[in-house]
Amino acid sequence: MTIEIDNLRISFGDREVVKGVSFNVAKGASFGIVGESGSGKSTVLRAMAGLNNEWSGRIAFSGEDAPLKRPPAFFRKVQMVFQDPYGSLHPRQTIDRILSELPLVHGMDKIDDRIAKVLSAVALPLSARFRYPHQLSGGQRQRVAIARALIADPEVLLLDEPTSALDVSVQAEILNLLADLRAERNLTYVMVSHNLSVIAHLCTEVGVMIDGNMVEQVTAEDLRLGNVNHAHTRELRSLSVELEEPA
Amino acid sequence: MLVEINNLKIGFQSRTGLHQAVKGVSMTLGTEKLGIVGESGSGKSLTARALMKLLPKQTVIEADKLAFDGIDILAASEKQMRSIRGKRAGFILQDPKYSLNPVKTIGSQVAESWHTHKGGSRRQALEAAIMLLEQVKIRDPKKVAAAYPHEVSGGMGQRVMIAMMLAPDPELLIADEPTSALDATVQAEILRLIEELVSERGMGLLLISHDLPLVSHFCDRVAVMYAGHVVEELKASELLSAQHPYTRGLLNCMPSLIHPKERLPVLTRDPEWLK
Repeated sequence: MTIEIDNLRISFGDREVVKGVSFNVAKGASFGIVGESGSGKSTVLRAMAGLNNEWSGRIAFSGEDAPLKRPPAFFRKVQMVFQDPYGSLHPRQTIDRILSELPLVHGMDKIDDRIAKVLSAVALPLSARFRYPHQLSGGQRQRVAIARALIADPEVLLLDEPTSALDVSVQAEILNLLADLRAERNLTYVMVSHNLSVIAHLCTEVGVMIDGNMVEQVTAEDLRLGNVNHAHTRELRSLSVELEEPA
Repeated sequence: MLVEINNLKIGFQSRTGLHQAVKGVSMTLGTEKLGIVGESGSGKSLTARALMKLLPKQTVIEADKLAFDGIDILAASEKQMRSIRGKRAGFILQDPKYSLNPVKTIGSQVAESWHTHKGGSRRQALEAAIMLLEQVKIRDPKKVAAAYPHEVSGGMGQRVMIAMMLAPDPELLIADEPTSALDATVQAEILRLIEELVSERGMGLLLISHDLPLVSHFCDRVAVMYAGHVVEELKASELLSAQHPYTRGLLNCMPSLIHPKERLPVLTRDPEWLK
């Protein structure tokens, strides 16, 4: 699925938080959005996912404009993974219940098979199926959240800081999993993160946001080499590089 | 020595038995900057909290020695502890959103911390509060003093927390993930501020973090914790060239901007590390 975002504007009350953002993502590509808190990066993602109805501009998937109110079929194609696996899973539902919600809503068949398949796709043991979220570790929970997004066989995954609540050791596993899934299923990713190295690892192209504007779009390669134009991109890059270098 | 910890063990009693979370940790701290790094659940925060006796009653704490400036913490009374906590040792927590009182102005909270430990009149306390806010480089301290916590940014909130902790001139500052909730640009500013204040005032700093590169830049020494053990202790400047397989594993599995990796190596845990 190609994604086109054109002059997207989002306001909360009379405060405009996204001020005309445009970018395109090719099918099977991955696009990263970096920025500080309050820059509007998650707001863009939520509007794309259909979680916010107060926007103007154009959001199109596969060349088709997405309406303000998305039809149910949309959510089989586009799914979202949230930041905090401690907050995004229902604490009183088993993993089985959490994963069967979406197939039930969409009236899918072979729910049992689908759950077994998706659990193995995210490398969770089958024994996790009848556990509650609190019985799993943070990394396992994020795998459940990814499994929940995958169960409808979507074409686009919207990832909102999928690893920032995790330890670096677990982050590596989740990033590898996301890379593998994209290759296997030809998924298109849009990922939001404040961590430049995470974005550059998973995404080929990066948009930098500050104060509601996307001030620069560069390839991950140019970002690594430092071929960037905007002062904010340069600042974020140098902070990231400084930390990597020995003291 | 400001802090002496020898063979500290912390456990939690549960229905099925005693769960040991910290299994014999030893470290000392003088007027220097010591970092503790490790994954979540490695016991780094528990160690710092045990030092301030801030753990729930049912926690089972044992140690050959647990002392703050020669005072035996395990034997200390609640009254003695109160003269240490806040006054002689400040504690900065992760998220200023949850550590500040939402219904009191920032000025009155900083003033309260000054007043509790130093006494004096309310006006004196408020004046001191504004001076402290100035010391943590808040540009318009009077205006910020009159604001409520929800009116300031995360970075500003963390500066306020630091100002509160500095009020009684502590000898030790314990910072538990002080910048994990902040943006990269703000994070660098806050750490530089902590570093400056610590060296200016000759305090000891215990910095707890899961971020290895960060600690290697801001501390003198680093203790690496894994599953309740200190597996390695080394100079911060040598952290990025550490030898222990666990430390190496943590460093390797981070994505890097300048040295791209096709695939991130994952940590293979070795039971040997626990010996």
